[in-house]
Amino acid sequence: MIAILGNQYSTALKRKDFLYLTGMGMGAAMLQGFPVMGSPVPHDTVLQPVDAAIKKRMADVALNAAKSKGATYADVRIGRYLNQSVSTRENRVQNIASAESYGMGVRVLANGCWGFAATDKLDTDSIAKTAVQAVAIAKENSRLLNEPVQLAPQKGYGEVSWKTPIEKNAFEIPVKDKVDLLLAANNVALKAGATYISNNLFMVNEQKYFASTEGSYIDQDIHRLWPTFTLTKTDAKTGGFETRNSLSAPVGMGFEYLIPDEKEKIQGIFPIYKKRYDMLEDVRIGTAQLDEKLKAKPVEPGKYDLILDPTNLFLTIHESVGHPTELDRVLGYEANFAGTSFLTLDKWESKKFKFGSKLVNIVGDKTQPGSLGAVGYDDEGVKCGNWDIIKDGVLVNYQATRDQAHILGLPASQGCCYAQTWSDVQFQRMPNVNLQPGKAPLKVAEMIKNTEKGLYMFGRNSYSIDQQRYNFQFSSQLCYEIRNGQITGMVKGATYQANTQEFWNSCSAICDESDFRMGGSFFDGKGQPSQVSAVSHGCSTTKFDKVNVINTLRKLG
Amino acid sequence: MAILTEEQARALLTKALSYSKAEQCEVNLSGGDSSNIRYARNSVSTSGGISRNSLVVSSAFGKKLGTATINEFDDASLEKAVRRSEELAQLAPENPEFMPFLGPQNYGAPTPTFVQSTADITPKQRADMVQQSLQVAKDSKLTAAGFLESSAGFSAIMNSKGLFAYNTATDINFSVTMRTADGKGSGYATKAFNDVGKMDTLAFSKVAARKASGSVNTKALEPGKYTVILEPAAGIVLLEQLYGGLDARSADEGRSFLSKAGGKTRWGEKLVDERVNIYSDPANPELPTSRWNGDGRVQEKISWIEKGVVKNLFYSRYWAQKKGVKATPGPDGIIMEGGTQSLEDLVKGTEKGILVTRLWYIRPVDPQTLLYTGLTRDGTFYIENGQIKFPVKNFRFNESPVIMLNNLEALGKTERTVSGESGQNALIPPMKIRDFTFSSLSDAV
Repeated sequence: MIAILGNQYSTALKRKDFLYLTGMGMGAAMLQGFPVMGSPVPHDTVLQPVDAAIKKRMADVALNAAKSKGATYADVRIGRYLNQSVSTRENRVQNIASAESYGMGVRVLANGCWGFAATDKLDTDSIAKTAVQAVAIAKENSRLLNEPVQLAPQKGYGEVSWKTPIEKNAFEIPVKDKVDLLLAANNVALKAGATYISNNLFMVNEQKYFASTEGSYIDQDIHRLWPTFTLTKTDAKTGGFETRNSLSAPVGMGFEYLIPDEKEKIQGIFPIYKKRYDMLEDVRIGTAQLDEKLKAKPVEPGKYDLILDPTNLFLTIHESVGHPTELDRVLGYEANFAGTSFLTLDKWESKKFKFGSKLVNIVGDKTQPGSLGAVGYDDEGVKCGNWDIIKDGVLVNYQATRDQAHILGLPASQGCCYAQTWSDVQFQRMPNVNLQPGKAPLKVAEMIKNTEKGLYMFGRNSYSIDQQRYNFQFSSQLCYEIRNGQITGMVKGATYQANTQEFWNSCSAICDESDFRMGGSFFDGKGQPSQVSAVSHGCSTTKFDKVNVINTLRKLG
Repeated sequence: MAILTEEQARALLTKALSYSKAEQCEVNLSGGDSSNIRYARNSVSTSGGISRNSLVVSSAFGKKLGTATINEFDDASLEKAVRRSEELAQLAPENPEFMPFLGPQNYGAPTPTFVQSTADITPKQRADMVQQSLQVAKDSKLTAAGFLESSAGFSAIMNSKGLFAYNTATDINFSVTMRTADGKGSGYATKAFNDVGKMDTLAFSKVAARKASGSVNTKALEPGKYTVILEPAAGIVLLEQLYGGLDARSADEGRSFLSKAGGKTRWGEKLVDERVNIYSDPANPELPTSRWNGDGRVQEKISWIEKGVVKNLFYSRYWAQKKGVKATPGPDGIIMEGGTQSLEDLVKGTEKGILVTRLWYIRPVDPQTLLYTGLTRDGTFYIENGQIKFPVKNFRFNESPVIMLNNLEALGKTERTVSGESGQNALIPPMKIRDFTFSSLSDAV
């Protein structure tokens, strides 16, 4: 599930921590909302990753200590996690914060049971002690074990490395340039008539090193970036208000994402963005759309053909396809928290479970450049790739880690293991889960022309789905009504409610490759204690026939 | 690192402040140890021990503020963190909303947030507690998934104006979901305490087991408006949206459910049924919380909703100054007053209704009416003539806690519960509510 904090930021941060932190200013609180707490990074300093040879020596200390205490397998993750955030509202900067966290997590198998311990003291003694503690925990808990963990075979890669293909390291861009961009955007909004704007930029750099008793020493440098704003316009006469969030995406890119490029825009009923984002333009258009939202008529509840822009559909894919195909949920490992899944193993074994219409092809992907899920190797040292999950509408696969692969009869893990920091144990997390574009040429304009009674939605808004992923409800930032092939204007209160399988079987058209875009989340939460991960979902604009739409407008006393 | 004593914390903070060259400097220090066991499919899955500390330095020059965080406490690291926060402050533009740090405060007597026996829990004790839960599952032919976590920690704050505060706290939290082998029944229980002595994983697991066995063979009721009895673990996830939303600034700015036409707010107005009383009290023995908040403000007993009227809103220090009012901080431990009836009594007094164990995936739909959506989960039952008749299929709801508390029928006995959404604890009564809006059915178990 995607957890929530404040208006639009979602994190796994517990509310009690949040209340404590609000006293320190929202910026600091937001930074704490990142999965990292640590020491500061000077604002303009680029931290070069620690020399791999030093990390290899530290890793070997832990691996040897674990083996000497009887571990049959061990892996070590040495991570330096850098975060920076710039938080603004209207004409002022609320906070600029930077943090660094450096430490090591050791995971072992002993008596067939997992054990884990983590430390931020990286001298030889502390490292060895941590490895010994992980083995002790595994042995203590093995009395509560039913069957020993089985790991899929994994060859050691020796000493290898991988780096996110960025053009401009966001940590190298002066803070002033970031502040100037956000305040310029805020100025555009206020001049255009917005009552309020909050505008934030988040940057992440994971410098992580993985080593295992199987002979891998993997050094990776991962970058992520997320610009996001919320515009608000109040109506003093009625006491009402409307908001409009940015239509940007969190990306696995550097600062280049924030340099507008006309070639990366799609000119639809208003411009929308592919691999480059134009914040000033989005703010200007978004503010004008607030007036339309305030004047919009309430939606008439009923069945509509939905045309969903990727800025809206990505989250529906995440919740209704991404989560139910997580193998740990299918097996029951998340039963006490995130939930289980309706996509039980018997449906997969039947090889004919019709998840969606024939048009629906969904892949698990860990390689797409610019996506949040792209890495060279996962957090248990498996080289990443991609695979079919739904093929021509039929469920054909799940998302698995090394200790789950045998359940599916897979020869190797699919590389879906991730931990939010060095201090958290790695477990099964979602890869990018993408809906493949339509094979035949199809543009949005044609899709609209072919729609008699429809709604055309942009942007993520309210989202909720049950713990087995059958029943969901989503709304949007912008909803346009379509009558007889024409857009007739904006409506409000429109929320679509559906059953996952019925919804995907009602998929009747998918735009072609030229419309393909990625949305995503920085803060997908799962596990106890809860951890966040970042994941993208790519798709083209897609049409779903006769979906139930309700009107959620109410009145208070 | 072990918990620092008050004197150790004071010494460390004094040293950190001694490096400061800023006009004002404030340092927050927190840390502790937490250990957990996670289990699923009637077997342990992952577990771990984590020791983490954090020191946050805030330095200010005029209205320019910089913040830096560090997790190493040797002299060089402390000085490095102070210097870096100063560097960031010098780079930051002036923030007109910056408030000077507070001077010394009178916090009153400490509250009983720390229990030594909880801090002393051993790995064996935790494994034994989980084993009891697993035994219930095996005896009842059910499949258990659960989580047990214990923690002990401290927090302290000191600034260059002479403010100092210190607190320690312990926590033990447990939750378990029991499912039938055929996946047709599911039951849940969750509890959290400061004192491990109150944590009975055996008894709580039996509650979850009873609900799981009793919730197979559900019948589907038509969606619509129903009288519901929300158990405390179900009610808290909607109530926390209400009491967490009593922020003065967003109300004043016209972007809250408390905003009214003409720039006015609902502060001082009757918002909900007059039997609703919601307050916070750091000294409550069942839910003790800290005497101070993150910016050093005093946490006192304060009434938020009294006889249905919005009695107080919470403020940032900046907004309070601008409005010329007291800067009341947001609450920690919330208490909603209840009645004398047990949950069973409430069921007995219900002609037709639905008993709800848990609500899940709560998300805002319309901030103007505080409308939220979500689903029932892990034990939903139909009540007729004062008796639980049969389990029912889960529903999606679309409802506002404001509307819900206007449709109040009865309140039961208040008890400590945990929000499955936020992890926050509160003292909440079971609530009987009429006309609760279920908008569709879910096949989920």
